[in-house]
Amino acid sequence: MKFDTPATTNPIDQLKVVGHPIDRIDGRYKVTGTAPYAYERHDAVGNPAYGFVIGAAIAKGRIASMDLAAAKAAPGVLAVITAENAGQLAKGDMNTVKLLAGPDIDHYHQAVALVVAETFEQARDGAEKVRIDYVRGQGRFDLAAARDGAGMAGSGYWGPPATSVGDFAGAFAAAPVQLDATYTTPDQGHAMMEPHASTAAWDGDKLTLWTSNQMIAWGVGDVAKTLGVAAENVRLISPFVGGGFGGKLFVRADAILAALGARAAKRPVKVALTRPLMFNNTTHRPATIQRIRIGASRDGKITAIGHESWSGDQPDGQPETTVGQTRLIYAGANRMTAMRLATLHLPEGNAMRAPGEAPGMMALEIAMDEMAEKLGLDPIAFRDLNDTQVDPESPDRPFSQRQLVECFRLGAARFGWDKRSPRPGAARDGRWLVGLGVAAAFRNNLVMASGARVRLDRRGLVTVETDMTDIGTGSYTIIAQTAAEMMGLPIDKVVVRLGDSAFPVSAGSGGQWGGNSSTAGVYAACVRLRDTVVERLRLNAAEVTFADGQVRSGDRTVPLAEAAADGDLVAEDKIEYGDLAKRYQQSTFGAHFVEVGVDAATAEIRVRRMLAVCAAGRILNPKSARSQVIGAMTMGVGAALMEELVVDKRRGFFVNHDLAGYEVPVHADIPHQEVAFLDEADPMSSPMKAKGVGELGLCGVGAAVANAIYNATGVRVRDYPVTLDKLLPLMS
Amino acid sequence: MGDPIDLDFNRRQMLLGTTASAALMAMPETAWSAPAPKEAEVTAKVSLSVNGAPHELDLDTRTTLLDALREHLHLSGTKKGCDHGQCGACTVIVDGRRINSCLTLAIMHQGSEITTIEGLGTPENLHPMQAAFIKHDGYQCGYCTPGQICSAVAVLAEIKAGIPSHVTTDLTVQPQATSIEMRERMSGNICRCGAYSNIADAMAEVAGRPA
Repeated sequence: MKFDTPATTNPIDQLKVVGHPIDRIDGRYKVTGTAPYAYERHDAVGNPAYGFVIGAAIAKGRIASMDLAAAKAAPGVLAVITAENAGQLAKGDMNTVKLLAGPDIDHYHQAVALVVAETFEQARDGAEKVRIDYVRGQGRFDLAAARDGAGMAGSGYWGPPATSVGDFAGAFAAAPVQLDATYTTPDQGHAMMEPHASTAAWDGDKLTLWTSNQMIAWGVGDVAKTLGVAAENVRLISPFVGGGFGGKLFVRADAILAALGARAAKRPVKVALTRPLMFNNTTHRPATIQRIRIGASRDGKITAIGHESWSGDQPDGQPETTVGQTRLIYAGANRMTAMRLATLHLPEGNAMRAPGEAPGMMALEIAMDEMAEKLGLDPIAFRDLNDTQVDPESPDRPFSQRQLVECFRLGAARFGWDKRSPRPGAARDGRWLVGLGVAAAFRNNLVMASGARVRLDRRGLVTVETDMTDIGTGSYTIIAQTAAEMMGLPIDKVVVRLGDSAFPVSAGSGGQWGGNSSTAGVYAACVRLRDTVVERLRLNAAEVTFADGQVRSGDRTVPLAEAAADGDLVAEDKIEYGDLAKRYQQSTFGAHFVEVGVDAATAEIRVRRMLAVCAAGRILNPKSARSQVIGAMTMGVGAALMEELVVDKRRGFFVNHDLAGYEVPVHADIPHQEVAFLDEADPMSSPMKAKGVGELGLCGVGAAVANAIYNATGVRVRDYPVTLDKLLPLMS
Repeated sequence: MGDPIDLDFNRRQMLLGTTASAALMAMPETAWSAPAPKEAEVTAKVSLSVNGAPHELDLDTRTTLLDALREHLHLSGTKKGCDHGQCGACTVIVDGRRINSCLTLAIMHQGSEITTIEGLGTPENLHPMQAAFIKHDGYQCGYCTPGQICSAVAVLAEIKAGIPSHVTTDLTVQPQATSIEMRERMSGNICRCGAYSNIADAMAEVAGRPA
């Protein structure tokens, strides 16, 4: 099904099942520990051997020698895989550097060997017996030091690296009120709870990988390419993914090494990355330096807005695309953006939840707060004043929907924004300095082609199969809701099977495109199944309705199951998109409100209240969508207050590479969180009229926390995370 | 074992802690000792009662309780998130107390009564805490969830038993299942998906308190 004209009324609009806060259909498996993840497929793989990955001990250089003798002689060891004995391996399209290094080393903890043994304990022991001598090379690890030498980034999915509209320099120079400030965000880790893990089994030249991966079809392609086998001989199975956040968009070392280990050991092998290996072995969100300049008239109209950013990556890597939202979110005739990219030899940078907008909004929305203060305007009023209903770079291109002002309005009323003092340090509650902060949320709505297969059986059950993944997002449930709505069934008559490359290729989980795109693919397949049902029952297609397990046409009513009386009816289709995303700017919007307390004596920061108001198209399931948003708000608190991969700038690695060193929010850090969704349906996005919401909730929340801290203390920290050592010396 | 150089290494590894423990496996500048003489596997028998069922296991003595459950008894509801006591995904209840099962060896639990997530309830017969997690969407990816639920059940029992926490202000009165008490006590269980607010609601419901 080609989606190239705005959606009109369709069966989803009935909202009998879609749009309801239905409990997750996979919930009972998750809460009882019976949902199987990649490393625990005892049901599918008997007696696997265990692989243990060894990471490089240097950041740059080469392996001088490896002594595997002791490891190979260790009890239970079945095989030791290295680049030397693994055979020809290619680099996957989605990987920046090779997943198995040797002799050259690209980054610290890049995998250099896998030890396979009968048991986990033996594999770990064998790994400790591998002796490796390295020759350490020179590398660059310091973004600030590399900043001046950084060249313009290339073009990519993010568009051109530099943009210019009007005369930014002239307008900024002429502006009576100006802000020119530089912000930094650190390297961050996905730190999903389930480590990267894979179980591999070969049957002749056919490989099956039970793995933890967000994008099944990308994974099949890169496993095949890396190993040099035909894609049709690779099957990926990933029904449950214990968190990804972008870190499992791509095939990683666990999958490739499990496959190589299984080939060498001639039996199934499973591999999980150890927690201390994950932070340097896999990808991370790169650190950024961002310079933002805003010029405005005295009455608060932006006349010039410029956003420049610097980030670093491996030689063939890509920028952290922090400036994208600044091209779209606020009005202003004169604009510029630029993204520069330094070569660094840190681990691979890549997508982490809301790549670009998450760190970009952390900077931009502090800048907006600073500018509002310079203008003597309320920060919400300043944003209202500079709202735009069209793409500011192309005024003939409207937003499909844009309710940013409405988000602020509702949020302000709910949060008690009118009680905030614009004067920092004015509110006190015992030993706590209390501050309120606000920030806009903005994230583009991306759409991706997505396919599904639906099957009606004689029991009246509809089974949906698609390689879509559920990484905690609620895919199982919203897909079931979609099929139930389309086929006129209660949700318990729908079975959903996900995450298997034997199923039609879906959008996968990433870029907050998964929910809308994958359900639109199920919609397309169900349209086809409805047609098949109508044909089979010889009904008049013009006036047919599917409701309550029945198909009605005129005065005829037939049980849906009857259509499958002579055998299952199967339909498959995919949703594909035309140019609506080009003709209309599709974005999602929100407003974050945060109240913090800062201890007047110690600068300890506590988040006391949080509210997000989101306008993100039709909300397919308010319960799971709300969870996406509160989870993102939680991650935003982490980004604001604690998350930082600390770079050892001499040795070139992330020092705090575990969950004790890399701090993420815990229960005690997070108060009760409120979320509100504006009533919205976006006919430009898909037949579902939904948009992404999973990443929107992260964009801007860090700045709202930082702005609240400023309101509490009068101290403006521009270098994330806002930790008390940065705050305390400046608190009077 | 018994090689003094290896022991020295273990000590350094301990001291460096989070900073470079994995790196030491193959540090280039180090004068490694010759490979240790071939070791014999050391196994031991251990009897565990898991979810009321007795199990006799003959285990490599290095096997953690977590791996005994997951890899030997195939009770994989208990999750391995970090394997060194930082995340709480492996939380189980041993002799009435919740512990990180990755931080204890199976052979240290001869005769122990162990309750895992599988022992609390099943998909067809949910424990009230499991049902409350579903109702309040107290999870997303589900990987930390069994540990959260085992912790949550044990936390309410700890409060009921009068055990104080870091945030208990008055040690002379019975602690209550307040939001701050529950959040403090649950803070060893990380949820990167960020379901904390919903987990607090689920626990409040089971505790019979307003969220």
